[in-house]
Amino acid sequence: MDSVDVSLKSEAFSDLDWEKIRADFPILKLKIDGKPLIYLDNAASSQMPQQVIDRLVRYQTTQHANINRAVHYLSEVATMEYHKARCRLQQFINAREDREIIFTSGTTDSINLVMHGYGRKFIKAGDEIILTTLEHHSNIVPWQMLANEKGAKIRVVPINDKGELEVDEYEKLFNERTKFVGLIHVSNALGTINPIKRMIDFAHQHGVPVLIDGAQAAPHIIVDVQALDCDFYAFSAHKLCGPTGVGILYGKAALLEAMQPFKGGGDMIASVSFEKTTYNTIPHKFEAGTPPIAAAIGFGAAIDYLMAIGIKSIAAYELALLDYATECLNEIPGVRIIGTAAEKTAVISFTIDGIHPHDIGTILNQDGIAVRTGHHCAQPVMQRFKVPATSRASFAFYNRKTEVDALIAGIKTVQKVFL
Amino acid sequence: MVTKSLYQEVILDHNRKPRNYGKLDYASHHAVGHNPLCGDRLDITLQLENDQINNIAFEGESCAICKASASMMTAAVKGRSRLDAEILIHEFRELATGKLDIDHPHHLGRLTIFSGIRDLPTRVKCAILPWHTLQAALNSIDNASTENNDSAQAVSSKL
Repeated sequence: MDSVDVSLKSEAFSDLDWEKIRADFPILKLKIDGKPLIYLDNAASSQMPQQVIDRLVRYQTTQHANINRAVHYLSEVATMEYHKARCRLQQFINAREDREIIFTSGTTDSINLVMHGYGRKFIKAGDEIILTTLEHHSNIVPWQMLANEKGAKIRVVPINDKGELEVDEYEKLFNERTKFVGLIHVSNALGTINPIKRMIDFAHQHGVPVLIDGAQAAPHIIVDVQALDCDFYAFSAHKLCGPTGVGILYGKAALLEAMQPFKGGGDMIASVSFEKTTYNTIPHKFEAGTPPIAAAIGFGAAIDYLMAIGIKSIAAYELALLDYATECLNEIPGVRIIGTAAEKTAVISFTIDGIHPHDIGTILNQDGIAVRTGHHCAQPVMQRFKVPATSRASFAFYNRKTEVDALIAGIKTVQKVFL
Repeated sequence: MVTKSLYQEVILDHNRKPRNYGKLDYASHHAVGHNPLCGDRLDITLQLENDQINNIAFEGESCAICKASASMMTAAVKGRSRLDAEILIHEFRELATGKLDIDHPHHLGRLTIFSGIRDLPTRVKCAILPWHTLQAALNSIDNASTENNDSAQAVSSKL
């Protein structure tokens, strides 16, 4: 599924009891200097509902021990709960098998795992890796490191003025040296939803595997890795109402089995002697050391929470917020929205004439409004639009329409300060 | 409110009409300052003769805090000795990081308008970048960075 279903859009605000859902998030009751917190930095990290917090507390108070080791009660419980979390993630993205889900420390770690495990084994001098202008630094830098080490070459897919990938140009980049594609599903800086299904199919026609950075997509779009047929898919828990420090890498079992381990240590081995180590089977081969057990279990609880609401409903509600916010922002003179793709998630990057994004962020903060300002770890995107930085408001399903109004009022205050 | 006092008329005035903005054609010292966290960039050129700053200019892409700090800094050090400038650099850093007691004697004058920045840790670097770059220029270091406090160890040539 490349796009979200927009047919529900008009009724989205009344579809579910969103106020009741919002009440699940204790942090949203915070006041910043006496003003209610208006949290519009969800693309950086989302907030955690009480249900997930409670799950973490229950784990730490009644279930914690190290996993895959001892025969005692707690170890068995923790091992089982950790495995259940893996199975929840498998269901969430419709992976064929649970062993195709590797717990990592997050999206960046997942991408580095593929670079070390796949890239360092299979990419050779003269080979080409295709990336896009929209990539987050985390899907650029590891491949540059590999390219430098191996003498491989990075080719970059350009974007148009709306912030959409030029897919025709992507297709022209393929040749017999193309060995890997790294592709962001949804741009963190602009919100553009990329036509990844078409791009994956094209790469596969050339026998090239594709890694999808799904950090910004998984919270907002139904991801079906079998339908997409992607080779790797990576995302983090903390953008999905889960804890920091954990994420997953999905990989097709055959590929994961062919790869070399990334980190060495306990749990990733079948047997060790000083002469020879035999590696464990997947997923354990890639989970050296004690994993973030509590965080992974919290991740599972966050997935339960989101699936109970439904990603489809979430997407429809957020799109309604996006449309409303876009409309309001377009009416303010001097405000320019960067990234106007036809298919977007609820992310709005914008600039205000003559005012630096950091000043915008600081003054909005005065009204309790949290937005992200800066280059969003996507400097090639900033360079493409010839801006050093932008301000970015990113919405979640617990945001209100009145919070969009507060943002608009805040932007007008910023303009007044600099008048 | 911290932010209100920070964006006072004087800072906004320096942001709108920065003093000593541009690049000196004949500079004895030059440095470029970067804040890699926000991509801000500041270029400082100055003429130092007999340990006196005869002229100084700055240009670059930056936020209002950084630009106003640079503007007021150039106005404050122009015509002063290197030693005076170094004292101001030290005092301004202490001010921005909340270590300076402004009730005790100091040389900052109107620059104390930046005292509120200490309550905004993410913005301290914006205010300090020009001073950091000035110090690098005085020490003939081409590149300064808010992420490298040991810029004095770097070596480069004088212009």
